[in-house]
Amino acid sequence: MSYFIRYSKDIFNKLKKGIEKGILYYQNYNQNVMSIAKIKKSEKALEAVVVRFAGDSGDGMQLTGSQFSDTSAMFGNDVATFPNYPSEIRAPQGSLYGVSGFQVHIGSVEISTPGDNVDLLVAMNPAGLKTNLHAVKPGYGIIVDTDSFTKKNLEKAHYESNPLEDGSLDEYQVIEVSMTSLTKEALKDVAGLDNKSITRTKNMFALGMVYWMYHRSREHTIDFFRTKFKSRPELIEANTKVLNAGYYYSETLELIPNAYTVAPAKMPSGTYRIIMGNTATAWGFLAAAEKSGLELFLGSYPITPASEILHELVKHKHFGVKALQAEDEIAGISSAIGASFAGDLAITTTSGPGLALKGEALGLAVMLELPLVVVDVQRGGPSTGLPTKTEQSDLLQAMFGRNGESPVIVIAASTPANCYDYAYAASKLALEHMTPVILLTDGYIANGSAPWKIQPVAEMPDITPRIIYGADSQWRSYDRDKDTLARDWAIPGTKGLEHRVGGLEKDQTTGEVSYDPENHQYMTDIRAEKIKRVQNEIPELQPRFAQKGDLLVVGWGGTFGTLYAAVKEMKQQGFEGIGLAHFNYINPLPKNTAEVLRNFKKIVVCELNSGQFASLLRMNFENIPFFQFNKVQGLPFGNVELTEKFKELLA
Amino acid sequence: METLENKYTYKDFASDQEVRWCPGCDDYVILRAMQNALPQVGIKKENVVFISGIGCSSRFPYYMDTYGMHGIHGRAPAIASGVKLANPELSVWVITGDGDAMAIGGNHFIHVLRRNLDMNIVLFNNEIYGLTKGQFSPTSLVGQRTKSSPYGNTQPPFLPGELAIGAQARFYARVGGNTPKEMTQVFIEAAKFKGTSLIEVLQNCVIFNDGAFAKYTDKKVRADKQLFVEHGKPMIFGKERNKGLVLNGLKLEVVTLGEEGIKESDLLIHNAKLEDPTLHQMLIRMEYPLVTGIIRRFPDVTFEERVDDLTRKVRADSKFTKTDDLFFSGETYEVE
Repeated sequence: MSYFIRYSKDIFNKLKKGIEKGILYYQNYNQNVMSIAKIKKSEKALEAVVVRFAGDSGDGMQLTGSQFSDTSAMFGNDVATFPNYPSEIRAPQGSLYGVSGFQVHIGSVEISTPGDNVDLLVAMNPAGLKTNLHAVKPGYGIIVDTDSFTKKNLEKAHYESNPLEDGSLDEYQVIEVSMTSLTKEALKDVAGLDNKSITRTKNMFALGMVYWMYHRSREHTIDFFRTKFKSRPELIEANTKVLNAGYYYSETLELIPNAYTVAPAKMPSGTYRIIMGNTATAWGFLAAAEKSGLELFLGSYPITPASEILHELVKHKHFGVKALQAEDEIAGISSAIGASFAGDLAITTTSGPGLALKGEALGLAVMLELPLVVVDVQRGGPSTGLPTKTEQSDLLQAMFGRNGESPVIVIAASTPANCYDYAYAASKLALEHMTPVILLTDGYIANGSAPWKIQPVAEMPDITPRIIYGADSQWRSYDRDKDTLARDWAIPGTKGLEHRVGGLEKDQTTGEVSYDPENHQYMTDIRAEKIKRVQNEIPELQPRFAQKGDLLVVGWGGTFGTLYAAVKEMKQQGFEGIGLAHFNYINPLPKNTAEVLRNFKKIVVCELNSGQFASLLRMNFENIPFFQFNKVQGLPFGNVELTEKFKELLA
Repeated sequence: METLENKYTYKDFASDQEVRWCPGCDDYVILRAMQNALPQVGIKKENVVFISGIGCSSRFPYYMDTYGMHGIHGRAPAIASGVKLANPELSVWVITGDGDAMAIGGNHFIHVLRRNLDMNIVLFNNEIYGLTKGQFSPTSLVGQRTKSSPYGNTQPPFLPGELAIGAQARFYARVGGNTPKEMTQVFIEAAKFKGTSLIEVLQNCVIFNDGAFAKYTDKKVRADKQLFVEHGKPMIFGKERNKGLVLNGLKLEVVTLGEEGIKESDLLIHNAKLEDPTLHQMLIRMEYPLVTGIIRRFPDVTFEERVDDLTRKVRADSKFTKTDDLFFSGETYEVE
């Protein structure tokens, strides 16, 4: 065991002896001589830690990261994760663009983002190191698999010299581990494994090391192996062995620079689970279908990063979910319109390019005044753009991307967990107001995961679909509720309510085709007014941190976590008079929007686009000036760039 | 499907809307044939849904006193699929034209046939765009002069039946737009068929492509130029009922009864139920005679049946009955 050599036996024995429950070791590498401090858990408990796993897209980084976050959540931490992977399924091994990353932010305090600066980077190869080093805070840790730092891999990562040898990593605490060899060594006695299976488990070695460092139990992951490899016991054994090997390696050797614990976070009591945004979206629809007493129909076409919603919903045939993977995006929404006409809670899921294709059919749904939910999991655009990266650039497409005057409700989820709430809200609004609703999420929250306090269906608000089962002979298909202006939902199979709908303009009273100019004006106005009146149903805007003051930070949708963290930090630094107004309801806007905005001297609208929401606000509030902070890089906001901007505006 | 025998007449299926097609259009014939057919199918009219796309044909749902939707161009098969999946009890009819089904809606057209939902598609083929005033369509002939091909069309046409069978259509029929009796019969058979049925109507556009099918459909030549096939019957045609089809090697051949010792028993017997569509394709491609009637009627499992089977199996094995069961399943944890 060559890795013993670098440190004295004496220190090693001290380390071993001192490992007792509740006592942690903080090893300071900043001096050449290692000192070991005995500290109590409470004293050295960190508030939050960001760990990033980076390697080849075939190295299993997503799995490693999600295991770490799940385990941490079960320990009671608040967590936030952010996967960052290439759109190539298996990019050439070792290449820079083939690097797949997964970042986990765990904390004993409220965590609202996957984190900016990395406390610990696990780099499985030179490319993973090169593409992620910039995120690591100086003085913090990097674990590398030295076996992967071959001449070939260094060249592929465009390194001219080996960073492990040329001193370029001097400001970091680098933990060099021959991970591949150690994995092989650990598995030499396991029968029935080929070379490929052996090297594929090395991610579990890394995970084992990280588990020990943050005092996480291996139990959850071992259970996971038992389920995942049910039919292949040799893989259960291999993965468990390697996980343990990594754990013990950390435990028994003096290679670990910082051994911290992250205590459980204070969260409202209840039953929790870790949920990914796309899963939460799918579950919100399941809940809405059950609550409304309707069957759920999904018409969809696979597209990154929305496909997981389809994957999730197809599983749930036991709830009567009908999911049609259609021949294209247009068929996805068209089949949903058909299902809605026939009385299902109908939804379609897509991302930006798909929303563009669905535009015409969405206009039909506006004209038909049928309930429909369209989910757009936004990604980088235009065109194919950056399919696996996040952006908020479909806002104006959602608002206006159709021919004619065709208003729809637009709402946006803002965290992985509240995708559940907004999928539910979208369904409720569609069904009660007889209109299409666009639900915007984005790659960041859709792929991110966080603890979700489970919300049983019984605790969700009631949904009252406007289905009618009979009417007198005076009934007309475009009769409206006098308050909401929603029409009735008369579904095929109902005797006596046979009627025709269609994309041609409808007569306001008879519901038959009409080319009358006055009627078209009336119908145009009433379709707009119907959406506007949804203001009466949606919650008012609640600014956070301050109700009035110098600077109001405005955001919408998936940037909530980053904006919240940045404003909170500003507060902690003593900046008073800074507030955050985050929008989930975009069209219509909450009733009190102008009032909230007017209470601040300056307003900055922060978005991952070039200023789309700012434009909308300017359209609505002509006399209020808006500053903008925009970023279109396929990445979420960073904490530092936000706080710098806020400080500049406050100066 | 809940049925009700002999309660309705054609009038029950006529809406109060004024029919607005051009005078003399075959669409009137199709509309009446449908209104005549549905009472004979014995379906409650509240369970009937017509879905159309865009084009002259697609105004059809407005004239039927059933549920109906005038959709968007080319998408009727997709909309109808959603209707049928939402409520399999419904009798769902797609009304489409040659441009709607095979140009802008080509993708939906082939995929709906492939899936084989239990619904019916009536394709009004007039080999021209009528509503947009006279451009060539995917079934227009090479050389055809239209508004958008003043020197003659350069795009070779689809043969709808051939395309449909290539897309795995289980039921394909072709009828002339001026033969309401045959058309009514075909509609009834299509309604009864379990699976997607496609009925191509050779529909004359009196304004932009008048006489396109006259050489087959004109009353004077019809009997000699059309072979109306019926399952289980010999393939005989002609005013004198003395012509027929035989298979000569890999080709269909027209023979005359009584010539060269040909007897009726030598003629091909029409088998619409063959799984192998080779012979059906050959019948579709024939130019003389033009084969009409139900050319293919192959019984197969429908999409809904597959979905139902799967749903039953999943339900039987599932531990979930309510969404809460799912929410609280697997890895959850308590926060005090």
